Amino acid sequence: MRVRRLAAWTALPLAATLGLAACGSGGDGGSGESDPNAAVRIEIAEPQHLVPTNTNETSGSQVLSALFSPLVDYDEANRPHEVAAESVTSSDNTVWTVKLKDGYTFHNGEKVTAESYIDAWNYGAYAPNGQNSSYFFEKIAGYDDLQGEQPKAKTLTGLKKVDDLTFTVTLSQPYSEFRTMLGYTAFYPLPKAAFSAPGVLAEGYEQAPIGQGAFRMKGSWQHDAKVEVEKYDAFPGQQPKVAGVEFRIYQQPTAAYADVLSDNLDVIKTIPTENLSTAGTDLGDRFQQSSASSLQVLAFPTFQKEFSNPEVRKAISMAIDRDEITRSIFKDSQQPARSFVSPVVAGYREDTIGAAGEFDPAKAKAMYEAAGGPKKIELSYNGDGGHKDWIDATCNQLKANLGVECVGTAEPKFADLLTKVTAKQPVGLFRMGWVMDYPSMENYLGPLYSSNGSSNYYGYSNPEFDKLLAEGATAPTEDEAVKKYQAAEDLLAEDMPVIPLRYGQNNFGHSTKVKNVEMDLFDRIDLLKIEAVK
Amino acid sequence: MLRFILRRLLQMVLAFFGTTLIVYALMFAGQGDPIQALAGERPVTAAQRAYLTEKFHLDATGVGGFFYRYFDYLKNLLQGDLGQSLTGRQIGDILAAAWPVTVKLALIAMAVTIVFGVTAGVIAGIRRAGIFDNATLVLTLLVLGIPTIVLAPLAQYLLGVRWQLFPPTAGADPDLYALLLPGIVLGSLSLATALRLTRTSVAENLRADYVRTARSKGLVKRRIVGVHVLRNSLIPVVTFLGVELGNLMSGAIITEGVFNIPGVGFNLFRGIRTEDGPLVVGIVSVLVVVYLVSNLVVDVLYAVLDPRIRYE
Repeated sequence: MRVRRLAAWTALPLAATLGLAACGSGGDGGSGESDPNAAVRIEIAEPQHLVPTNTNETSGSQVLSALFSPLVDYDEANRPHEVAAESVTSSDNTVWTVKLKDGYTFHNGEKVTAESYIDAWNYGAYAPNGQNSSYFFEKIAGYDDLQGEQPKAKTLTGLKKVDDLTFTVTLSQPYSEFRTMLGYTAFYPLPKAAFSAPGVLAEGYEQAPIGQGAFRMKGSWQHDAKVEVEKYDAFPGQQPKVAGVEFRIYQQPTAAYADVLSDNLDVIKTIPTENLSTAGTDLGDRFQQSSASSLQVLAFPTFQKEFSNPEVRKAISMAIDRDEITRSIFKDSQQPARSFVSPVVAGYREDTIGAAGEFDPAKAKAMYEAAGGPKKIELSYNGDGGHKDWIDATCNQLKANLGVECVGTAEPKFADLLTKVTAKQPVGLFRMGWVMDYPSMENYLGPLYSSNGSSNYYGYSNPEFDKLLAEGATAPTEDEAVKKYQAAEDLLAEDMPVIPLRYGQNNFGHSTKVKNVEMDLFDRIDLLKIEAVK
Repeated sequence: MLRFILRRLLQMVLAFFGTTLIVYALMFAGQGDPIQALAGERPVTAAQRAYLTEKFHLDATGVGGFFYRYFDYLKNLLQGDLGQSLTGRQIGDILAAAWPVTVKLALIAMAVTIVFGVTAGVIAGIRRAGIFDNATLVLTLLVLGIPTIVLAPLAQYLLGVRWQLFPPTAGADPDLYALLLPGIVLGSLSLATALRLTRTSVAENLRADYVRTARSKGLVKRRIVGVHVLRNSLIPVVTFLGVELGNLMSGAIITEGVFNIPGVGFNLFRGIRTEDGPLVVGIVSVLVVVYLVSNLVVDVLYAVLDPRIRYE
């Protein structure tokens, strides 16, 4: 069984490559000579905001990734390395020293200094500013004093300037992966020009954000239409290979797909599901797939008696044929998941749930009956997210394989579902999705499964697990932290508070006018690599 | 006539407040948790929640809260301030950007409807039961039977992607040519209806007494059809077109989505999806005005078309 499944894992990418190679002869992507003077056109949705600390969706962060250069970026193995920072170091995981590289300037000529970062982060953390990403600063000392309607302080005590290019960050608790966090959008700096008074964002900054990245704004944000950026010549870091980027705003991905087919648009980041089956033929080798950070699970209300036995939970997991559902319902636009963290983070291991991830109806049924699982199972989901098909398919599998009654129950919105779960109403199993904030195993484990985790809706509490997470946070090196987190993940595999079902996948495509189109682990097109074709 | 228009304008004021009250109440009643809807499935921080709650008075609930928020909204509206959407943009700005392109699109659709629909309807009416009449009958039934949600992507794929006759999408600042395909798609449905209406009306009026009289007076056929028949036949068509203009303006949610035109329908759809109450109410308030005005224009046109109709 194990061998067969492993074979399936390798066979899938192979089949995909073969299929694409066969179609590839029709397309002519990636062969022409690079044209450094051309601009490329990339599809986005209308961003909600274009202020680093207020942007937490992919469209906004795609635009900001052009305008700003992060302190750290991630390599092939998803490990962080310094970009705008010279070094990010700490001896005790609590006080971190950030040294900036010299020579970076904002697009208005202003020099990037330690204050650019301190001011931006203070602004983001100050609760009355209502910034969407303010929780990214919660690990920094003094964060609590900036919360509430009338905060006690306006600045984080944990941020201290040492000299023009150096500042220290003191965390309220040791955290070994603070360096990893710094690659996220929320940690970009802001120029003095962004503020009309200390701590007050200038009116209109968002319409034409000034950053320190490889591109600067060309004109201002044209709502519902486009955001244009052009190469910033004074950028000291790695130079982009195109002269500019036009981020074109689409409401429906089908419209963007039609434009890519006719070379009216260069990159579509998410090919609509209805076009996935033909994308291979339409685009040839210009259709690409990569792992995304999202993870779909079915969660157990472990506080309910009938689901309190891990054997019941494992039996249900074994009765679900993930591969079949991924193939027939999702047309391979997602990947089956058998671990609690996504492949895009360092420390990911395949198959950590072991036997519970193998589809084995006979064993599952025996186990389920021995453990005294409930005769009736309910699967709750939000009705507005297109989940009905796979929930119904899962239900049918449970009916057939466990001999239980199973119903799918739709709640109007995800928020309604969460309200019921939080109130501990019996909803049965419920679906959950998770997208990482920063590429760390901790981000998949801490908020979701630690006893006081912000998104732990299942009442799961394991002191041993909490202890391992705490040890991971204080581990002297990132490698040792990863070891602790992996041990914690193994505990989850024994307890199965949720059933991992599928990983997200980026299904993107490009026109014949560009090449070297790559997606980074925050689901953004890598703007330093993309090239225009002559 | 003047008194009639004045009276109608006064009625419009009442109708306007009535409809905004209803729309506001519906939006208020249907609202789950707009803050969560805005964030999608991500958790919302307490700080962010407190900020938005205070800014949009979301804590004012129940009947008292409803009237508090409604009157607050009205007060701002009367000062010409449509308020801010939940993402912090001025709704006035959103509408100012969305209207011109929607109006352009609606006018193209309208022109297509009138030029092709009414003309073909007249011809079909004159040559009743001929080849042209039967052919248009089949064609219009076909168009009426295909919903826009099928027609728009189909037209986009065939004419835009496959044969590349038109640009597949129009974008925010389109030229006339880029808007032509969406305009035709949008107009095709009302074109079919207008054609059927005109045809029936013309065919019926051709048998009327005054046509026989005109013919016996020896008038040429062009004058009989062009002046006498057409003018009398247009009344039901104009009624239909008036209502249709409102529909077209209210934005073709599907067409604007398929052809990526950031007009009114595009924004309305987003507002509804993200439970953005202020945005939806703002757009609908303006749409109410459009409907009221187009209805008034239709009523006035009746009198122009048919001298027997008089307003006191």
